[in-house]
Amino acid sequence: MTATRIGFLIAAVSLLTVPLWVPGDYYVSVCSQILIYAVFALGVDVLIGYGGLVSLGHAGLFGIASYAVAYSLAAGVGHIAAILIGLVLALVGTAIFAALSLRVTGIGFIMITLAIGELLWGLAYRWISVTNGDNGISVASRPAPFGIALDAPSHFYYATLFVFALSVFATWVFIGSPLGASLKGTRDQPRRMNALGYHVWLIRFCACMFSGLLTAIAGILFIYYTQFISPQTLTLTASAEPVLMVISGGSGTLLGPIVGAALVEIVKNIASAYIERWNMLLGAIFVAIVIFMPEGLVPGTTRLVRRLLKAWVKAPTAAVEPTPGEPAP
Amino acid sequence: MNLWLLLAINSITFGGLLFLLSAGFSLIFGLMRIPNLTHGSMFMLGAYVGASVVGTFHLPFWIGALVAAAAVAIFGGVVERFLLRRLAGAEQAQVLVTLGISLIVADFCLMVWTGDPISVATPLGLVGGVHVVGLFFPTYRIAIILIACVIGALLWALLDCTRLGAMIRAGVDDPQMARVVGIRVSRLFTIVFCLGAAIAGFGGIMGAPILSVYPGLDNDMLPLALVVVILGGTGSLLGSLVGSFVIGFIYNYGQALFPELAYFVLFLPMLVVLVLRPQGLFGKQTP
Repeated sequence: MTATRIGFLIAAVSLLTVPLWVPGDYYVSVCSQILIYAVFALGVDVLIGYGGLVSLGHAGLFGIASYAVAYSLAAGVGHIAAILIGLVLALVGTAIFAALSLRVTGIGFIMITLAIGELLWGLAYRWISVTNGDNGISVASRPAPFGIALDAPSHFYYATLFVFALSVFATWVFIGSPLGASLKGTRDQPRRMNALGYHVWLIRFCACMFSGLLTAIAGILFIYYTQFISPQTLTLTASAEPVLMVISGGSGTLLGPIVGAALVEIVKNIASAYIERWNMLLGAIFVAIVIFMPEGLVPGTTRLVRRLLKAWVKAPTAAVEPTPGEPAP
Repeated sequence: MNLWLLLAINSITFGGLLFLLSAGFSLIFGLMRIPNLTHGSMFMLGAYVGASVVGTFHLPFWIGALVAAAAVAIFGGVVERFLLRRLAGAEQAQVLVTLGISLIVADFCLMVWTGDPISVATPLGLVGGVHVVGLFFPTYRIAIILIACVIGALLWALLDCTRLGAMIRAGVDDPQMARVVGIRVSRLFTIVFCLGAAIAGFGGIMGAPILSVYPGLDNDMLPLALVVVILGGTGSLLGSLVGSFVIGFIYNYGQALFPELAYFVLFLPMLVVLVLRPQGLFGKQTP
């Protein structure tokens, strides 16, 4: 417990001081990007890790939020109203998304969500009168909460960090709540949960809505970060990215998606400056993770460290019996 | 009037290509329950390998097509034998590894064949067209339709009339019982995966003279394969045949009639089918 607390403290302090120790504005922006994608990945993880539902269409929901904000701002609406419109539209979209896709689970769910994601991409790409097609929509300015302009990378970073911290906290509360516990129940034993009197569909629907909320938040952060949105944000690759982040980091953990987001964004933004074939590197990393740590980086590393610690502790006092069945992390 | 006919021919041709792409996808999905997200990459890889054989080594088109099919089959076999086999039932790991491989393949193709689109010449003997009752039909497109039909018939014969086919059908219906009666389902997996990969690679080079070969071809084709398979039902050959032609028509007519909503029109029927009949038009109800 204390180790977790120390780790949390170190993480919090290093996140709070990013603009001080990170070399240059560019890298501060990369950190903002990592946090935005971490929120997105957390939203996807609520479904994958706790609900057992792999969605390949979340970029569509992300895109609804981004496009709604960009379109409202272009139409001359204020920032607060635009953000609210984005949230509401994305949540309405999520409700429809959930109602359609929750008819099935497993691979069927992957397929339906992928179809909805592609449909939304198709709309963004071709519905030129609203989305401006491939040219996308630009956003002229970032909001200035409490009179602080967010144009400087470090200012924007702190705003993102604040939203990120809130999102992580909300996810933590959600997962720990009775609803979160019953969601895990529907993942492991849907029929038994049904027999126990739980409304499996409704629990999954609530999880979808929460996931959609986090995704919409990430989408709104994203539109203010890049100040530009195009159909590229809604492609299948864009939907696959958070799923890859979650699974590579470790689904069903809070830390996993964050680590996964950091991994993917660092390879994309920083390693790509040194290695021309960074896509291949990313693919190779995913394949290696599946081979060596199929449960993901965070649970895999935890297991490894625990085993090493145990071996290290046990070495001097060989008399101690190995305790069978250590509790899973 | 002539425009409609041309659109119809293009639709059927595209449907034939889609069938080559999705037949293997459907078999792999039906038998192994693996969402093979590398299938688009296999199509693209086949197209690139074939284009190289034809363009660089100046060999006849059909040799290029065979080499492409063989190369992609080997690639598929390696992926199945060394990666996917360890991941039976682990859906998340399968998604991760197939997407990872498709990233690698896409980047590998970009490295070897650069980003410029490669056009492949129509094979000699199939250039030009034929005139039937005053209408012009491009020969190559008709050849694609015929080849797709022949491959469909061969696959049907393989599945319905041979011992191997019976074993595959048993594996699709109930893998555990198939194992119990002494069928080596794991070997069937490799065979089906190689076969599906080979047809996809072959489809890639067959489509090359029409679609040309370019980076991003994989991401263009994969969603179409998914649409076809979802529409037709997984594991059903007839389903992917019907689905391919339906999507071929919707794709071509949609592009022509509703350019603004082309993709919406393309994915909408799939959504409707999924909602009303989640197992697809010709799929069996999964227990």
